[in-house]
Amino acid sequence: MTVLTNTRGRELQGRAGSTIRRPFGRRPSVVPGFGITLGLTLTWLALIVLIPLAGLFLKTATLSPEQFWAIISSRRTLNALQLSFGLSLVAAAINLVAGAIVSWALVRYEFPGRRIFDAIVDIPFALPTAVAGIALTSLFAENGWLGSILALAGIKVSFTPLGILVALIFIGLPFVVRTVQPVLLDLEAEVEEAAATLGATRWQTVTKVILPAVLPALLTGFALAFARSVGEYGSVIFIAGNLPNVSEIAPLLIVIRLEEFKYADATAIAVVMLIASFLILLAVNRLQRWSELRSGRL
Amino acid sequence: MSVALGTLQPRKQREAPPDAHDVRQERRLVRWLITTFAVLFLVLFLVLPLATVFAQAFARGFDAYVKALVEPDALAAIRLTLLVAAIAVALNLVFGMIAAWAIAKFEFAGKTILVTLIDLPFSVSPVISGLVFVLLFGAQGFFGADLQSHDIQIIFALPGLVLATLLVTFPFVARELIPLMQEQGTQDEEAAISLGASGLQTFFRVTLPNVKWALLYGVLLCNARAMGEFGAVAVVSGHVRGETTTMPLYVEILYNEYKSTAAFAVASLLALLALVTLIAKALLEQRAATE
Repeated sequence: MTVLTNTRGRELQGRAGSTIRRPFGRRPSVVPGFGITLGLTLTWLALIVLIPLAGLFLKTATLSPEQFWAIISSRRTLNALQLSFGLSLVAAAINLVAGAIVSWALVRYEFPGRRIFDAIVDIPFALPTAVAGIALTSLFAENGWLGSILALAGIKVSFTPLGILVALIFIGLPFVVRTVQPVLLDLEAEVEEAAATLGATRWQTVTKVILPAVLPALLTGFALAFARSVGEYGSVIFIAGNLPNVSEIAPLLIVIRLEEFKYADATAIAVVMLIASFLILLAVNRLQRWSELRSGRL
Repeated sequence: MSVALGTLQPRKQREAPPDAHDVRQERRLVRWLITTFAVLFLVLFLVLPLATVFAQAFARGFDAYVKALVEPDALAAIRLTLLVAAIAVALNLVFGMIAAWAIAKFEFAGKTILVTLIDLPFSVSPVISGLVFVLLFGAQGFFGADLQSHDIQIIFALPGLVLATLLVTFPFVARELIPLMQEQGTQDEEAAISLGASGLQTFFRVTLPNVKWALLYGVLLCNARAMGEFGAVAVVSGHVRGETTTMPLYVEILYNEYKSTAAFAVASLLALLALVTLIAKALLEQRAATE
């Protein structure tokens, strides 16, 4: 420990040895500014995030349980929620498989343009959702580059639920790749070599040695992609067609209810979605802890 | 949720891929299949949409492209976007540094919960991020009547756009700084303090230089999201042309009016911003790795 010369430092050092309890159970430190920075952080967090989100629950509390239930169980709401959650699940599952393959190729193989492809994975993070939305729509429209090819096979993508799926795959892919990639990079070569030496085939090594090590990361990426997809709005609404009960996602229904000044309806749907995303967040935290324990990074 | 955007940390250098005689190598056909699938998937889902933006923007030639961008409404949208992003990024920058200091440099109870709460906006639908401010400040909202009697307009005006953007971009800067500052510990700061530096001097001369690349990256991401945000601002904007339409909202208006070329022209500016952000990320990653 350094010799403390300034008075403030000495004072803190003096207290460090004593048993005085500090606010928030803080451990002693000579670094200043704890009180004010934590105070400002909590204030700003409350003003921008917590109070506005609490308002959502307060507004819902003004509804009787019957009213709340009537909104949530209406056919249109149920269909919208089912569509959002169902397609998000399918998109996340597709990304789980595709993301694993893409990560493997980026980490293990050398091919022309690998570095550029690696950078490109981040496009859905960086490209504004509205831009992605109109781009995907025109790409998959019947006269678009891909849409015209698919039309030959009689497949319509733009303005159908299939279009929503395409947009959700686009938006979710980087979550899986960017979660799995570092774990693949961290894998020890010795473990695979040991498996091979002990007589395992390559397929056995991949499924019994590598897959279990990467599984927590894969599932985390899946959950993150799913959470993002459920709330996604901008990239979906252009390509969806937005037919009530058919291709109307839950976030869009919130916007429609707001435009009709049915605040209670909009809020009730929002609360259901928010609770769902809290639960997913909780699952992600659990998965990440599991993942860290597994890879011994804790 | 630390992976939501990937923190800027010196990337672990990739080892040389296993060669043909390595036991860790798959058969040639398998390698070929996996690589082809990966490249095809990335091209179909990521490269083609991006290429479409520019192809459509220039579909009617360069003159039509420029004409769409110098429209008064387009210029107003660009100005508004820059203004909203400037305010939101500046505020989140200050908050991010303060929050990172409190969280990374001290140990206290409830820290995990605090970090989770800061991450919360990542997992909230952008539409909900806008909705909450309508519920607070809209005509029928909690403070709606009070605001009206004082003639203060928040929703369908600049303050609403800024608030929605602030909420959506809330975690970006803090999220970049916290892991790095935690990793660096407090020895440098303790040394500076013991040599007589004040708290602010320590922060600006010792801590900040240590995290400058991560901070810059956080600001870039925050800015990209602030300028590109759609769902949250769509709810609070009211879509008044030339007044409360940011660039993404203006893209939507043009697209719905079947002015496809103009919509893609404005969209191409946002796509350029995304490309610049990605290139800057790659450069900053290299920088962080060499230092």
